[in-house]
Amino acid sequence: MPGLFIDVKVADEVAKNAETAKKLVEVCAVDIFAQNDDGSLRVVEENLDECVLCDLCIDAAPRGSVEVIKLYES
Amino acid sequence: MRFYEYESKALFRRHGMPLGEGHVVNSNAEARAAAEAIGGPVVIKSQVLSGGRMKAGAVQFADTPDEAAEKYDFVLPIEVGGEKARSVLIEAKSPVAHEYFVSVTWDGRRKLPVLLFSDMGGIDIEEVAETHPEHLSRTHFSTILPISERIAKEAISSVGVSGGDLNRLVPIVYKLMQVFLQYDLTLAEINPVAKLEDGSFIVLDGHVDLEAEARGEHKKLLVELGIGEDETRLARPPTEFELEGARLNAVDHRGVAGNVVEFDGNLGLIIGAGGGSLTLFDAVRKHGGKPANYCEIGGNPSVGKACNLTKLILGKPGVEKIAVMMNVVSNTRVDIVARGVIKGCLEAGKDPSKVITIFRIPGAWEDEGFKILEKYGVEYCDRSVSMYEAAGRAVAKL
Ligand code: SF4
Repeated sequence: MPGLFIDVKVADEVAKNAETAKKLVEVCAVDIFAQNDDGSLRVVEENLDECVLCDLCIDAAPRGSVEVIKLYES
Repeated sequence: MRFYEYESKALFRRHGMPLGEGHVVNSNAEARAAAEAIGGPVVIKSQVLSGGRMKAGAVQFADTPDEAAEKYDFVLPIEVGGEKARSVLIEAKSPVAHEYFVSVTWDGRRKLPVLLFSDMGGIDIEEVAETHPEHLSRTHFSTILPISERIAKEAISSVGVSGGDLNRLVPIVYKLMQVFLQYDLTLAEINPVAKLEDGSFIVLDGHVDLEAEARGEHKKLLVELGIGEDETRLARPPTEFELEGARLNAVDHRGVAGNVVEFDGNLGLIIGAGGGSLTLFDAVRKHGGKPANYCEIGGNPSVGKACNLTKLILGKPGVEKIAVMMNVVSNTRVDIVARGVIKGCLEAGKDPSKVITIFRIPGAWEDEGFKILEKYGVEYCDRSVSMYEAAGRAVAKL
């Protein structure tokens, strides 16, 4: 189920990179990221609304590759 | 966390307070044997946590062991405030000349323990306070500075007790103050402490409440008194609504959202923050509202937790609307709670703008929270609106 309040978009090339994916899983305190068996990144939709807007994922990935969207602002 | 009378007395006995012979029994044969061992008239007292035993007939007297066995069978099935007896206490009946009241409890306003003493014991102390205030003394004391018998002496003498009676009462009252402090109690009460016909003093009935958060600290005492870890000792067993709240709260370690007490009103409450929940609950009632529940949220619950709590409250039969109100919060994010309650409303199939009467949570991330509330058309206010006024706005919408 997608988030009601928050959406997170990750650029394809970053989502495929196992190393960056691992970093994103580590930095997010509310389990919004997970790794698939092949190491690629998966966004855990049911946890999206738990996002605390800490921006750690944005800082952990190459500039501009992770976007945290506040759906209530649109 | 409340103690049964026999447990309170076991605690008092450890501290050298004067008590008569007593036996906890669980059959009429044991009641007979206890009365035989005492060897005279006895009192048969049902062991319940609720008040009002005397009025319910759950305290009886017997002159012989056979009569004690009979009275045991009479007392045991009596429910006091819907509560069944855990066991029965058989005690020697004392020849009472006069009864006194002494209690130590916590004064939330002064943030200090307060010692209450009256020379009109054995009856409802609220009645004494109302009809004979000169017979009730209130003496605050420190939890930090050392206490002395002087405090007890002043409290007792201020209602006119003097001479030998004063001297005999002082150590009992002083010990009660020590017990209160040593075990982190919220209440330590003796009603009555009796002067017997021979001039001696004895504790006839006792009542102790331990601060629930102090259970870990006093584990050893609880084990020694035979109080199990799973015993909640609330005044009544928890309802299914309350159990479900506790389950929801336990699923996720983040914050508190699910600590609820059930009432039979129509306004669901999602309230909290450092005593704010009590203030808000009272404010709703003062405005003529009928709360469907008491509740405590805080410590940054997750969105999921706040959502589940909202659904639980909205699902309670009779609940028409909810009010979301807290004191000013620094350790709970306004936007996270806003997300949780709105999500809960939507998942319950309700329109947040219609079902949330007021959202008053000023504090951390409130601007972000207010954006969410605006988006969903929920009425909100900031700290410039008092908790009392917010409660009034909620009640007005019912
Ligand atoms: S902003 Fe923080 S909480 Fe939100 S997804 Fe990124 S790391 Fe997780």
